[in-house]
Amino acid sequence: MENHNDSHIVPFKTYGIILAVLIVLTLISVAVTQIDLASLTVFTAILLASIKSGIVLVYFMHLKFDNLMMKIFVTAVFVLVALVMVVTFLDYNYR
Amino acid sequence: MSQTITVAHDIHRDDEGSKIGMWLFIFTELLLFAGLFIVYGVYRYLNPVAFHLAAEELNVTVGTLNTVILLCSSATMAMASTAIRMRKKALTLTLLGITLFIAFMFMVNKYFEWKGKFGHGIFPGSEDLLQLGHGDTLFFGLYFFMTGLHALHIIIGFILITIVAVRVNNNSLTSENPVLLDNSGLYWHLVDLIWIFLFPLFYLIA
Repeated sequence: MENHNDSHIVPFKTYGIILAVLIVLTLISVAVTQIDLASLTVFTAILLASIKSGIVLVYFMHLKFDNLMMKIFVTAVFVLVALVMVVTFLDYNYR
Repeated sequence: MSQTITVAHDIHRDDEGSKIGMWLFIFTELLLFAGLFIVYGVYRYLNPVAFHLAAEELNVTVGTLNTVILLCSSATMAMASTAIRMRKKALTLTLLGITLFIAFMFMVNKYFEWKGKFGHGIFPGSEDLLQLGHGDTLFFGLYFFMTGLHALHIIIGFILITIVAVRVNNNSLTSENPVLLDNSGLYWHLVDLIWIFLFPLFYLIA
């Protein structure tokens, strides 16, 4: 049957590990931004947030177990959004 | 003709299509928040000192707590998708219940945080804020709008998960048709995803 949803069942343990990793990354980003790294602070915070969002997308939002089309679809949109942001900030930086 | 009858008897359901539809909606949400993040970035660039000082007004502990509990709720929501597929109804309901409880706690935290700000005379259009100057007004304007819009998403997610829980309870949502649970999960993870960026931008980069 086409209707049957026989997609990959992710074990609870995987989600537990992912949650632990995400919490650790959160605490790292809090710790890192408390020490003064000047201009690197913003970069580090955004980088850690991007890594965290990547983990949420791949595991919690199930992208790892989705078909290739979905993977390409979502990656393309996120890359596009990131590009729009980067281009805007480049524009502001070099005016 | 005979084909039409066959189709009518076999109720057609396209789970893949539902999922793609949900993702398309998520993309529009992403663009909405991306626009706001750009506005925030540009105003921060134009008012670096005011944004820096204003961000120090926000309580990092409350922000961190809300981040951690929201991550936990995302995990329990994802686990509910697994539980329903394992045909564990009680466990699914428990996980959905925990998710709802955490969502509620997030809103309680938000309430006290906003109440504290209001108590200090900081709210959109307040006299105190106008005296602080242009940069602070922009920072708190964006703070209230973006966290407020995010809180609105939490409320919508809360309603959505409640509907899912009711349907799981009356057996109209089972391991045979878990797509509504999965899509509510996707929405909930999006709410989490947005908060992952809101948290460092408003609370941490000071």
